[in-house]
Amino acid sequence: MSATEFLRVSDLHAFYGESHVLHGMDFTVRRGECISLLGRNGAGRTTTLRAILGLTGRRTGSIMLNGREVIDLPSHRIAQLGVGYCPEERGIYASLSCEENLLLPPQVGSGGMSLDELYEIFPNLKERRNSQGTRLSGGEQQMLAMARILRTGAKLLLLDEVSEGLAPVIVQKLGEIIRMLKQRDYTIILVEQNFRFAAPLADRMFIVEHGQVMEEIAQHEISEKQHLLQEYLGV
Amino acid sequence: MTEIFGVPIQALFGQLMLGLVNGSFYAVLSLGLAVIFGMLNIINFSHGALYMTGAMLTWIGLEYLGIGYWWMLVLAPICVGIIGIAIERLMLQWLYKLDHLYGLLLTFGLALMIEGLFRDLYGVAGQPYSIPEELSGAFNLGFMFLPKYRAWIIVASLSVCLATWYVIEKTRLGAYLRAATENPKLTQAFGINVPLMVMLTYGFGVGLAGFAGVLAAPATQIGPLMGSNLIIVVFAVVVIGGMGSILGSVVTGLGLGIIEGMTKVFWPEASATVVFMIMAVVLMIRPAGLFGREK
Repeated sequence: MSATEFLRVSDLHAFYGESHVLHGMDFTVRRGECISLLGRNGAGRTTTLRAILGLTGRRTGSIMLNGREVIDLPSHRIAQLGVGYCPEERGIYASLSCEENLLLPPQVGSGGMSLDELYEIFPNLKERRNSQGTRLSGGEQQMLAMARILRTGAKLLLLDEVSEGLAPVIVQKLGEIIRMLKQRDYTIILVEQNFRFAAPLADRMFIVEHGQVMEEIAQHEISEKQHLLQEYLGV
Repeated sequence: MTEIFGVPIQALFGQLMLGLVNGSFYAVLSLGLAVIFGMLNIINFSHGALYMTGAMLTWIGLEYLGIGYWWMLVLAPICVGIIGIAIERLMLQWLYKLDHLYGLLLTFGLALMIEGLFRDLYGVAGQPYSIPEELSGAFNLGFMFLPKYRAWIIVASLSVCLATWYVIEKTRLGAYLRAATENPKLTQAFGINVPLMVMLTYGFGVGLAGFAGVLAAPATQIGPLMGSNLIIVVFAVVVIGGMGSILGSVVTGLGLGIIEGMTKVFWPEASATVVFMIMAVVLMIRPAGLFGREK
């Protein structure tokens, strides 16, 4: 294992009940790196994130987080090792106000952003701090789901389809935020449908199909491997 | 003598007071059921038996160990809570993924076993328990005498309900609870130890039943069946108020206690069934209960 490696997923299989969803995922993420899992719907990208956090059914294989095997740990212990999760469905709580949603996840590491800092980055959330979480607009809910995990000091961020279904101006704003997070040395896994959103942000991209990594494409290889992207993603 | 609708005012206020006392028990018990149902999705049929256990422990404490009412007011709910935690860890935790029915059957079976145990040990005859000295006697309100112990039941119950509501709705811990009730998996993925919270919630919920049991000890006959007599009405209260609503269960509990008391004055024959009639009407109009959210 190299010193800079933060997450190593090897031969990861995951199941939902009887259905076998991941068929031996293999990839690594270095500290401070942003990678993207690209692929079609149902390819197993969301399941990969959920499996890292222990949210699927049975799993086999290995998940090394910061040099530690976590596949047998319960979800909350994995999160406490510094993982922040922004789920595809955003997971905003209806029974909590906007600010309660923001303050919900407990500290899992040092160096998280303060509430003031977050309100500076996401001014809308400050305005709507007392609104019920699910009364926020889609864009605001997405901001909230992101902001919520930046407070906790998590160093590995699992971002699932953050750009999905949002207005272009909000997508652009999210892109800026992810760029800022990269500068601050966060390690990020982006699960994306939107290749154009992920391509400029990701240092490396993994093409996922049938619950396996089919190809790895580094940032500088994008143009020369265009045919692969075309083949797998149709872009 | 002053009369309202042909009923002496003393009798009216007396029944109102009794209704409030009964309503206080309904409120504390249905609050515990609501908290447990919200978090565990389990309809806790052993609630009545654990309420009875609280009262029995109070009596046992004095009879065998010489521990008085005030100590037992703290100790009995803790003991019942610990029993609850043991039940959750050893049995209930294996049922969360299954249908509601399994939890209901398990807790119903446990209720029968707990009742059987006490029946075997002490028989079905009620045990007397005297009102603590500080609370014996009555206040003279001019228009009626208010027994101090009845006032205490109402004050203590409402304080506990209010404190529970405050913790759940206004504190950090409460936000964890609400989040874990709404989306347990995601909440755990944020680093919150949800299984631990579930265990403590069950312990707290049945601890409330134990507390109600201590309050009931000097006011009723303490016997193995006191829980099963009461719990049927409490389940009706929960159905009327709506499962899983904190404030709803408290308001409904008190309200139905009063309605029941008033029915005793104006239409005594219906007093035992009025709660169930209201339940039938509410179920027709709002199947999720007055304060419940449709899922």
